Amino acid sequence: MRAIPVSVLGGYLGAGKTTLVNHVLRCAGGRRIAVLVNDFGDVGIDADLIESRDGDVINLAGGCICCSYGSDLMAALMRLPQMEPTPDRVLIETSGVALPRSVARTTTLVSGLAVDAVLVVADAETVREQAADRYVGDTVLAQLREADLVLLNKIDLCADEDLAQLHRWLRETAPRAAVIDSERGAVAIELLFADDATGRDERDGRDERDGRDGRDGRDGRDGRDERDGRTGTRRIAPLGGHHAAAVFDSLGWRFAGPVDARALAMALESAELGLARVKGFVNDRDGRCWLLQGVGRRVELSPWNAPPTDGGRLLCIGARGRFDRGAVVATLERAGAGGPERQA
Amino acid sequence: MSITIYPARRILTMNPARPEVTHVAVRDGRIVGAGALDELAGWGTHTVDDRFADKVLMPGLVEGHSHLMEGALWRFVYVGYHDRMDPDGRVWPGAKSIDATVARLADEEKKLADPAQPLIGWGFDPIYFGAQRCTRAHLDRVSATRTVAVAHASLHILNVNSASLKAADWLRAGIEHPGIPLGADGLPTGELKGPEAMTPVGDRVGFDRSMLAGDEQALRLFARLCVRKGVTTATDLASPLPEQALPMMRSVTSEPDYPTRIVSLLRLLGQPVPQSIERAVGLRAMSTDRLRLGIIKIVADGSIQGFSARLRFPGYYNGAPNGLWYTAPEQMQLAYELALANDVQIHTHTNGDEATALALDCLERALRKHPSPDHRFTLQHCQLADAAQFRRMKSLGMCVNLFANHHFYWGDAHYAMTVGPERAERMNACRTALDSGVPLAIHSDAPVTPLGPLFTAWCAVNRLTSAGRQLGAHERISVHDALRAITLGAAYTLKLDGEIGSIEAGKRADFAVLEDDPIAAGADGLKDVRIWGVVQGGRVFAAGAH
Repeated sequence: MRAIPVSVLGGYLGAGKTTLVNHVLRCAGGRRIAVLVNDFGDVGIDADLIESRDGDVINLAGGCICCSYGSDLMAALMRLPQMEPTPDRVLIETSGVALPRSVARTTTLVSGLAVDAVLVVADAETVREQAADRYVGDTVLAQLREADLVLLNKIDLCADEDLAQLHRWLRETAPRAAVIDSERGAVAIELLFADDATGRDERDGRDERDGRDGRDGRDGRDGRDERDGRTGTRRIAPLGGHHAAAVFDSLGWRFAGPVDARALAMALESAELGLARVKGFVNDRDGRCWLLQGVGRRVELSPWNAPPTDGGRLLCIGARGRFDRGAVVATLERAGAGGPERQA
Repeated sequence: MSITIYPARRILTMNPARPEVTHVAVRDGRIVGAGALDELAGWGTHTVDDRFADKVLMPGLVEGHSHLMEGALWRFVYVGYHDRMDPDGRVWPGAKSIDATVARLADEEKKLADPAQPLIGWGFDPIYFGAQRCTRAHLDRVSATRTVAVAHASLHILNVNSASLKAADWLRAGIEHPGIPLGADGLPTGELKGPEAMTPVGDRVGFDRSMLAGDEQALRLFARLCVRKGVTTATDLASPLPEQALPMMRSVTSEPDYPTRIVSLLRLLGQPVPQSIERAVGLRAMSTDRLRLGIIKIVADGSIQGFSARLRFPGYYNGAPNGLWYTAPEQMQLAYELALANDVQIHTHTNGDEATALALDCLERALRKHPSPDHRFTLQHCQLADAAQFRRMKSLGMCVNLFANHHFYWGDAHYAMTVGPERAERMNACRTALDSGVPLAIHSDAPVTPLGPLFTAWCAVNRLTSAGRQLGAHERISVHDALRAITLGAAYTLKLDGEIGSIEAGKRADFAVLEDDPIAAGADGLKDVRIWGVVQGGRVFAAGAH
């Protein structure tokens, strides 16, 4: 059985976790997402998404569900793999003072679940103030320190200069994380959920990657889409359409031959590349094949039994404006012969 | 209804106007008067019942911080380090080593006929066994096939055998979690720390959390223990109070021979603050004489010995990082404000002094918005508060319920490891609380430490650790002050001091019936005072009757 990928969502009170949850549910696009929340009152699921409610479970439009776990997260987690139908993905919203990385460790104890990423939402306007608070400052810093992805929310309330400063501060404060700017929780789902970034999910038959010329590394999400008011890079129009999804850049790469997998993985952890996600297969020089997966600045290799017939391929993805395409290409070229591929 | 007059060897009333009397008159479950026989005879027709003629009466003892779980755990095997009395009055001798623990469990294992029945121990406290850790190899000696689990005294750690790990599919390599230490073989040692690590195995080996929160049997056993300890009113601090459990709780406690008044607090958790406040208001209206509802409990931080309490500078003595917030400051603030606006009382668990500081800040702001005479918000445990914080409690009208038993059980660890010598000496500063004018109660937090207010009083009077070290002589209180703290003091924190806590006209006829005189027993002998039973609401319950 394939383990269900779990994203843990943290961040201090008021950072915008609830808004993000609603955004994700609107952009679910046929995925059955199970959202676990501490309690229903805090999450405030948009009323138009709710189909029915049965005790601790709310049934949502499109087959998604929302469960409140109260004091017993473990029991709620243990029920997930038994659910019929099985959720495609789990999003755990932690309480504002919880340490999401601890929740992620807990999740690893449940067979049938696999942690994908720790997402931490930060309020661009207030996060530094919170980080200096006498009571919760260390909690806020610990949340950021352990994040894979920091979703810097409410950037529209922030002057450009302050935003740049904030990014410098986050480089120190959230050293493992890729930082993604957003307004009102609108973040490209491809950045949040790894398997979406690799184009796995096409069950609704509406995979709308434009399949543009991959050699320019763009995948059709450019300024025109934003001006068109397109919401969400998958063009699954959210109800109301008020979320302007942040856009992303990506680069598909095909290697011509084997690479030094460990060296490549380490190189891809560099902050300079602006990568949020990387996923693919590489053939090592010793003949082994690896699954290479990265989120934020943590890139991991795991053995893969079926070697790809060619030299391997990678998909690299990052938030627009952060993704340094030239640097990514240079890194991949250093690793071995190959080049950008057209995306299917 | 007729009047019954009880003469006694000595009656300690806690009423300063008549601190000692010879007789107490009871009618309809309430006290008509306390005084001399000729004074009480003036009430008219009466019978003199001299069954307590050689006993000492005190106001029924009030346990201001306990849990019904104390009643639930006795269905398992007690393996604690210290002797402990069960609800039947049997004293289980302490298990003084891991081998002794294993031997006791093995004895009980032989009594189980069904091989599928789990064996569970509780009260285990390896802090007394030095560096030696209990592993699954120890518990495999109890049984290689039956699941065996042993809960620590703190209830935050579970030790299990190999069969238990197998049941959860955890007897394998590749488990990585800070709460699950691994042996040299890469497999879990069988020690499971924290609820996340405990739950998946606990669920499969019969360590059932919903039962532990208090079912009907627990409610009954808890009350029997209360009778043995002279307790007539005890708190359940706190419970989710599920709607489906309320009819059971109301009906059991209303039975004519149910001997204890239970004050059950609603824990603020799992639902939004405004709903919790609304629920508390609704619960208050459902109260009966022996089931009091409507107070809310908030847990601000963790525990000091678990290094999860929130400490101010200079933090933990061994350098451990600061603990965790269990409730966000904004939520506490909102809860305090809504509670004051709706006349709901809140008890707040604060172990570390930073958590205490936060509660004081929140209440100060909330009181500016909603000035509330006599709110009696109470800090529970509040172990590390300093003198300045007690002065703030006084200014804000707060009460405190200090964890006096902690010194005996963990004082040595606090001295050497958690907070260091200086702050270990100021922990649970009863003297400072009284000197500051803060209404004081003291507690056991049963089942974390055993229920028994007279023992708790002994702890506050002597401040001795189990190794015999006196921790903070300055913070000792007198026998009288300690006896007040476990009667009127605790009653005050529950807003019940007009009803119980002293023996005087108009109050409930709740008495602790003692074989020995606690005043004569003095500071040393307080913990050894023998208890005959209780009178609760005028009904007589002998400890030995069950």
